[in-house]
Amino acid sequence: MEKKTRREESKAAKAILITISFLFVGLMLVVPLISILVNSLSKGFGFYLSSLGTKFVSSALKITILATAAAVLVNTLFGLVASWALTRFSFKGKQVLSTLIDIPFSISPVIAGLAYIMTFGRMGWAAPIVEGINNALGTDIQIVFAIPGVLLATIFVTFPFVSRELIPVLNAEGTDEEEAAALMGAKGFSIFKSITFPKIKWALLYGMILCFARALGEFGAVHALSKTRGKTFTLPLEIDALYLSGSADSIVASFAVSSILVIMAVIILILRNLLEHREKGKSGIV
Amino acid sequence: MYVELKQINKSFGDFQASRDVSFGIEKGSLVALLGPSGSGKTTILRMIAGLETPDSGDIIIDGARVNDIPPAERGIGFVFQNYALFRYMTVYDNIAYGLKIKKMPKEQIKKRVTELLELTGLTGMEKRYPNQLSGGQRQRVAFARALAPEPQLLLLDEPFAAIDAKVRHELRTWLREMILKVGITSIFVTHDQDEAVEVASQIIVTNQGRIEQIGEPKEIYTEPKTPFVTEFIGQPTFIEDYGKLKGFRKEKKYKGAIIRPEFVEAFKSDNKTFKDVMDCSEEGVITDILFRGTSLELKLDVGGVTLTTHRSLDRRKVSVGEKMRVIIYRVFAVDETAAYPMDNEELAKRNVKYNHLEAYLYSKDGYFVV
Ligand SMILES: Nc1ncnc2c1ncn2[C@@H]1O[C@H](COP(=O)(O)OP(=O)(O)O)[C@@H](O)[C@H]1O
Ligand SMILES: [Mg+2]
Repeated sequence: MEKKTRREESKAAKAILITISFLFVGLMLVVPLISILVNSLSKGFGFYLSSLGTKFVSSALKITILATAAAVLVNTLFGLVASWALTRFSFKGKQVLSTLIDIPFSISPVIAGLAYIMTFGRMGWAAPIVEGINNALGTDIQIVFAIPGVLLATIFVTFPFVSRELIPVLNAEGTDEEEAAALMGAKGFSIFKSITFPKIKWALLYGMILCFARALGEFGAVHALSKTRGKTFTLPLEIDALYLSGSADSIVASFAVSSILVIMAVIILILRNLLEHREKGKSGIV
Repeated sequence: MYVELKQINKSFGDFQASRDVSFGIEKGSLVALLGPSGSGKTTILRMIAGLETPDSGDIIIDGARVNDIPPAERGIGFVFQNYALFRYMTVYDNIAYGLKIKKMPKEQIKKRVTELLELTGLTGMEKRYPNQLSGGQRQRVAFARALAPEPQLLLLDEPFAAIDAKVRHELRTWLREMILKVGITSIFVTHDQDEAVEVASQIIVTNQGRIEQIGEPKEIYTEPKTPFVTEFIGQPTFIEDYGKLKGFRKEKKYKGAIIRPEFVEAFKSDNKTFKDVMDCSEEGVITDILFRGTSLELKLDVGGVTLTTHRSLDRRKVSVGEKMRVIIYRVFAVDETAAYPMDNEELAKRNVKYNHLEAYLYSKDGYFVV
């Protein structure tokens, strides 16, 4: 008897928990995102297209793509190097390095932006260095309130994604296969290419996707470092600017621009799930 | 000596994994590094291969000190504990890997790999991936891969650990035959004494980073030099108050004695073979009988001491609770540093022919014949 009631109880609990989860996700995430898509089309498809066609938006799109590409590239390289160092060597300060890499996870992006201003801004300690370089090379590189600043900020906030995906995989895989290859005379890069890379490629790609998604949507850090609409604005900043300008048209336009990001996010989500599926179902043969 | 280690020390942090390790290995021999888990066997193997660097001491291979020679140039084949097969490569590519690195022409690679597939009985498996193979087949691939570049020295780390108990026995014989056929000097690591005894021609016993004893299996078995080896080899029972047993006097300087099953003979009181020595025997009651496949294992209570012995299946039936006559013909008395064989004084007085007794004792147990 008691067993039966207990089973019924757990059945009820299961139903309740599942309902709550779906309701919560629906109300908090799905409905608001759909409302963006709906709103973006509230003035018709023609208006939707024309609000995407402004020079502000196309400049923001270019900069967003540039910043995202830079972040994925730099952090993939850095992630490979750092995770390799952290899992394959033992050295003093290993723990410290491992903790430092995670800073962007725990620090507000705005603070990251301000930190770069304090470093490279007019009063910053690194400003004379930049100026020195400019004088020596005859260039006019600006960091703060310019595109390099936007890139730096985006790289900063997406710093840990790739290495955090790789470290557990590298740890779990061990070094036996690499050692076996080394004993047969294989050299560093060829070992990486033929032995290590096949083992980590999915984790690497997954980390890159996370990094990509995060870079695409970054607001806070970039906001601190980017003040010129049409020159250094990224899509999230452009959306913000459109929305704040307050006219009914510009608000709908901001929804239209947002829909680009939403659609990209959905594509990334699908990609991510495909990869995860692939990872789970993998038989060790590729 | 083909391989020689001289006073090797190695620490990981403040843990000393090798202490003054010295030994030599003849060319063409098949040697076992035998010791409990954590005794530093793998560390020794990895230092010979160059995967770890000793803190001090010399490693000499074929007359040359190799401490500073990179692993790939030491002419060593290594079989890892879990084989470390390249899981994204086929059997063929696994075996061919070392040859490709050496830039051997394709034709020759193919010839060599085919040869090795044949040697290891893997022909027809070349397109499979490691996860499509059984444990035994993986071991063969690992073996073939290690041998492909024709190394002068083969190192194997617990080659049977990842294999089902059922086929392990068969593979031991296979590996031994294979190694002898190829004629390569080999060192393998194991924590299983049966494995060491069956496969190796020479055993090096390790304990806590030290070498305890080096010798042929029979020597290790019959003349254990240290208390550790005495307790580690065979199926020993430690008895502190061995003076209680008939035919032995306990001496103060020994902390106790180690008795092996094959030192103990238990027989029925009407057994004619033992009638001359009947009064050297004492009473023991069977407390347990275990079937061991080729023999029975008896547990006997002899004056409060539990002893173990083996019994051939061809002998008369015995049952739990049955009173037997028991003779212990030898013990190893141990102090802190060494082990001393002690023979039964009563038997010695009577001038019982050692051989006569023993030929009987070691009938069918599969242990060493002394
Ligand atoms: N790379 C390492 N770092 C730290 N400790 C190690 C390392 N390799 C081995 N050890 C330690 O050294 C001891 C001996 O290890 P090992 O040679 O693997 O023993 P065995 O092969 O006999 O089981 C173990 O206690 C192990 O924890
Ligand atoms: Mg080991």
